[in-house]
Amino acid sequence: MKLDDKLYLVRFNTDTLNHIKIADAAVCLKCQDKPCTRICPAHVYDWDDEEKRISVGYEGCLECGTCRVGCPYGNILWGYPRGGFGVSWKNG
Amino acid sequence: MENFDVIVVGGGPAGLSAALSAAKAGMKTVVIERGDYPGTKNVMGGVLYTKATEAVVPDFWQSAPLERPVIEQRYGFLSGDETILAGYRDPAWAQPPYNAHTVLRVKFDRWLAQQAEKAGVMIITETVVEDLLYKGDNVVGVRTGRAEGDLGAKVVILAEGVNAFIAKKAGLAPQMRPDTVAVAVKEIIQLPQEKLEDRFCLEPGQGATIELFGDSTQGMMGTAFVYTNKDSLSIGVGALLEPLIRTKWTPNDLLEALKAKPYVKRLIQGGETKEYLAHLIPEGGYNAMPKLHRQGVLVVGDTAMLVNGLNREGSNLAMTSGKMAGEVAAQCIQSGDLSDQGMSLYEQRMRDSFVVKDLYKYRRLGRFFETHPHFLKVYPEIAANAMHLYFTADETSKKERQKQIMKMVFEKRAKGGLVSDVFGAWRAILK
Repeated sequence: MKLDDKLYLVRFNTDTLNHIKIADAAVCLKCQDKPCTRICPAHVYDWDDEEKRISVGYEGCLECGTCRVGCPYGNILWGYPRGGFGVSWKNG
Repeated sequence: MENFDVIVVGGGPAGLSAALSAAKAGMKTVVIERGDYPGTKNVMGGVLYTKATEAVVPDFWQSAPLERPVIEQRYGFLSGDETILAGYRDPAWAQPPYNAHTVLRVKFDRWLAQQAEKAGVMIITETVVEDLLYKGDNVVGVRTGRAEGDLGAKVVILAEGVNAFIAKKAGLAPQMRPDTVAVAVKEIIQLPQEKLEDRFCLEPGQGATIELFGDSTQGMMGTAFVYTNKDSLSIGVGALLEPLIRTKWTPNDLLEALKAKPYVKRLIQGGETKEYLAHLIPEGGYNAMPKLHRQGVLVVGDTAMLVNGLNREGSNLAMTSGKMAGEVAAQCIQSGDLSDQGMSLYEQRMRDSFVVKDLYKYRRLGRFFETHPHFLKVYPEIAANAMHLYFTADETSKKERQKQIMKMVFEKRAKGGLVSDVFGAWRAILK
């Protein structure tokens, strides 16, 4: 089953505010491995080759916090969405 | 600013247990939860332990939304397409006093929050706590994300889960590292009850759990699991973040590889995926456990890294720590001693309980698997090969077969390595 099809099953109350920030885009340029593009269970992070930066699809964030621990440069400023926003599990 | 005796940050099993016990001791208590209601942000594999839950809500099984009582626990080692299984079944576990149930956290946590409300706890939802409030060095409440959202309290209990933002700011949580957390993903796969019970050989209403090691995580430190709910399965896999980064697997690919294993495939066949979930698990154990208290603050559950990965226990550690924290908070408030020293009573009680004793016992485990990676990769393979040879009936004599098996074992792992592995395992697990 494809990840996109699974994410389609998740219920979100999407905020208009982005709760994830890349602290310094220049750091991503020198990051060879870019583990954020793999370790995020929802594939929120993607390398945009044209713009030479990590694109962040915060709307699909499952709020686990893996990115914050896994970024080798501590370059992902991840926090919780505002109260009442973000993922809302159906089963948990 | 409204004032409370006790503010609990986070409405999971640890926080709600803390709130319940504080309220029962007469404390004016509030739980601040960031989800729509307690449960909607919460994930675990799915096993709730009876003893710890009963201590918080007596006879909870009569009204709590439980999935199935666990009467069988199976353990498996996967090596390629091969599977080695062991298990234990006791139908007595289908009756009170039970041992454990499977649960779905959205339903269960909501119910637990209702029990807390009945005991007088106030629950504020859709609210993120941003920081502690200080007066000098003393903690006097919390700041929330709401306008004019400051709340006062004599004691703040941090039950904010694994990400521990507030605890970290207060110096009560260690920096998480890729080698102290596991990332886990899970699917809820719906199956008709009868089909589910047939596949797991269960009487109506009974439940089973399966933990799978070895190639279930592609040899990474971690486990996979399949748990039976009423009319669905919870299937998931968790792997330590460090090897996940190193081996370049994605969590979803790990889960898909697990679902494709011959043993697992048949269990979930024909089921419909209803939800895909993700969660971090604190795996740092005893060595990563923070100081559990400071003046006016107690730390509980995942925030305090209270997870016993080997026995897949977490919810019980959370609830036991929460209950103790609520009781100690009430005791300190009543005696008027909210100093760091006064609140150390909580840590003392925790150290005297199974919670810290178990974490202490397994304190070498994380490092052991790091330095002995064969256990999760080479040994399942050795065991599978040995079983394959042992069960193959051909014209080889049994004596010759035994020689073949021993030869295979020593080819895959030198004698010196074997001795070191066995000694290491004894030291890390049994000693």
